[in-house]
Amino acid sequence: MILVFCELKDGQIRKPSAEALSEGRRLADASGKKVGALFAGASCAGAAEAAKFGADVILTAEAPTLASYSSDAFATLLAEAVKAKGASVLLAAATAVGKDVIPRAAARLGAGYASDVTGLSMVDGKLQAVRPVYAGKAFATTTFSSAVQTATTRPNVFPAAEKAGAGTVEALAAPAGDFKSVVKEILAKAGGKVDLSEANVIVSGGRGMKDGANFKILEELADAIGGVVGASRAAVDAGWGLPHSMQVGQTGKVVSPTLYIACGISGAIQHIAGMSGSKFIVAINKDPEAPIFKLANYGIVGDLFEVVPELTKAAKAMGIGSN
Amino acid sequence: MKILVALKQVPDTETRIKVAADGKSLDPADVKWITSPYDEYALEEAIRIKEGKGAEVVALSVGGDTAKEVLKNALALGADTAVLLKGDGQGDAFAVAQMIATYAKDKGFDLILCGNKGLGGDNAAMGPMLAELLGVAQANVVVKLELGEGTFKAEREVEGGSEIVEGALPAVITAQKGLNEPRYASLKGIMAAKKKTIEELDAAAVTSGAHVSALTLPPERPAGRLLPGDAAGQAQALLQALKDEAKVF
Ligand SMILES: Cc1cc2nc3c(=O)[nH]c(=O)nc-3n(C[C@H](O)[C@H](O)[C@H](O)COP(=O)(O)OP(=O)(O)OC[C@H]3O[C@@H](n4cnc5c(N)ncnc54)[C@H](O)[C@@H]3O)c2cc1C
Ligand SMILES: Cc1cc2nc3c(=O)[nH]c(=O)nc-3n(C[C@H](O)[C@H](O)[C@H](O)COP(=O)(O)OP(=O)(O)OC[C@H]3O[C@@H](n4cnc5c(N)ncnc54)[C@H](O)[C@@H]3O)c2cc1C
Repeated sequence: MILVFCELKDGQIRKPSAEALSEGRRLADASGKKVGALFAGASCAGAAEAAKFGADVILTAEAPTLASYSSDAFATLLAEAVKAKGASVLLAAATAVGKDVIPRAAARLGAGYASDVTGLSMVDGKLQAVRPVYAGKAFATTTFSSAVQTATTRPNVFPAAEKAGAGTVEALAAPAGDFKSVVKEILAKAGGKVDLSEANVIVSGGRGMKDGANFKILEELADAIGGVVGASRAAVDAGWGLPHSMQVGQTGKVVSPTLYIACGISGAIQHIAGMSGSKFIVAINKDPEAPIFKLANYGIVGDLFEVVPELTKAAKAMGIGSN
Repeated sequence: MKILVALKQVPDTETRIKVAADGKSLDPADVKWITSPYDEYALEEAIRIKEGKGAEVVALSVGGDTAKEVLKNALALGADTAVLLKGDGQGDAFAVAQMIATYAKDKGFDLILCGNKGLGGDNAAMGPMLAELLGVAQANVVVKLELGEGTFKAEREVEGGSEIVEGALPAVITAQKGLNEPRYASLKGIMAAKKKTIEELDAAAVTSGAHVSALTLPPERPAGRLLPGDAAGQAQALLQALKDEAKVF
């Protein structure tokens, strides 16, 4: 079996989880295996949706003790489920929870782990992964020697594909005992927009923005075209009040949106490392020699303070982003 | 309180990646080596705890002789002792976790600080694997850490914000930018470090779970084009191209 740990939000499967589950289904079809989707929480209402993404079996661990995420409790649950089901592959999306729990479960299982992968296949009955290393400056093909193989899938890379599965629901017992650590509180950022790592469209600003307040024009463009705003390290470190969670690059977030619009960003190697996996790159820069243009599918040489508002205006006029 | 800090030596962020003749590793020619940036936050946090409530700080690296540079720097910054677990540096994160777990097992560490990911390998896995092997609590991608009596409270970065994790010590905490501002080594620290020795031990024999079988460079991006006209014209042309050619919208 290929077991996929899935996360729910507001009673719905999170998109990165649906992507991981869909990829699990493809791998299972290629290797004649079954797919199990695993959910855990105080309530798993909504888990039935996993059948739409090809789950043969839906495993639910429902208990008041699982209301808050606990690394060790969830890792125990996953490892026990792998053993109980005789699963050979354990997957999850490379989200904050996925990246926290899968390596811990892997260690419990003595399993190799490939994180944040952008490609998966089954070769001779074993998982094989392709993953960016050096923040995307290179790709490593990873093969496994362990009996159980584990991986987390990078959001926005694998398509979430609907394919009916039997979706037989089975209850799992929650792990007993004291949990070593528990999440006590969630501090949500204002706005509640999707995270950069999961965004389909990103509008990023660099030192060329000149001031944090000017990021307002990027917000306006992002709102018009259904995107979120990121930044270069120069902008984050400039003392403009931008949080590090906005930083794109080798020491920030590595992103893979469909569209990345770089405004007033020169294209330093550390920035490029974090965004070169974007499908389409647009550069807006007043310096025609800026290295970012070498990467861009579309370049605009000009003053971003003129171009960005025009883009917002035109996007609204064309009704872009309203679909 | 006894603190272990795991520090990895990695290629500098400026490194342009060249694949070695074996087709699966980095060509080390011209590579400048540094301490993985996130590990610097881990070390700084340990030193601040030492300065605040008192602690013994042990810096540890798994690697070859060159990794001594990382440890010398850690001693100069304020680590009390340094340990090099000598290995070929070829294992996966699981192998490194097993080596460090074997070393740390019976030494009574209350806190183990790591980077949230090693620059380059980018696995973000060693910390949680080590926590599991030692049977202790973990908190990853931490931007704020408070210690109580045998407990910790950590703020960690998650999608769309952060969350507060509470747990018992001992624990493995992996550091994220924002946890603190790492200091630079003082001349006094550098001189003092010269007198200290680095303990060298053979790393335990372990088995990896995963192996890199090929390292490849990303495909060249297709040549792009510049959009002509004034700002309004460029904006119009861009959106049209994204719609019609790229089909983004
Ligand atoms: C260890 C290390 C890690 C790093 N990690 C990262 C990382 O994760 N992410 C990252 O981004 N950087 C990182 N950096 C920093 C990186 O080297 C660059 O310094 C940084 O990316 C530069 O940011 P920038 O492009 O915004 O600024 P600059 O390089 O200063 O570029 C500003 C650009 O704005 C343009 N501009 C100015 N005014 C306008 C205008 N009105 N209209 C249009 N264009 C205009 C200019 O022509 C210029 O090209 C790292 C560096 C180190 C040493
Ligand atoms: C080009 C390339 C080739 C590779 N080749 C192979 C290969 O042939 N076979 C193979 O099995 N693996 C290989 N690896 C994997 C890599 O070397 C190991 O996975 C590595 O030891 C774990 O590194 P990481 O930085 O990804 O770990 P992470 O899990 O991202 O590291 C997290 C934290 O753990 C600590 N840490 C990690 N490693 C060490 C260390 N050595 N010493 C002290 N603390 C440490 C640090 O605090 C670090 O911040 C390769 C990686 C790359 C990029």
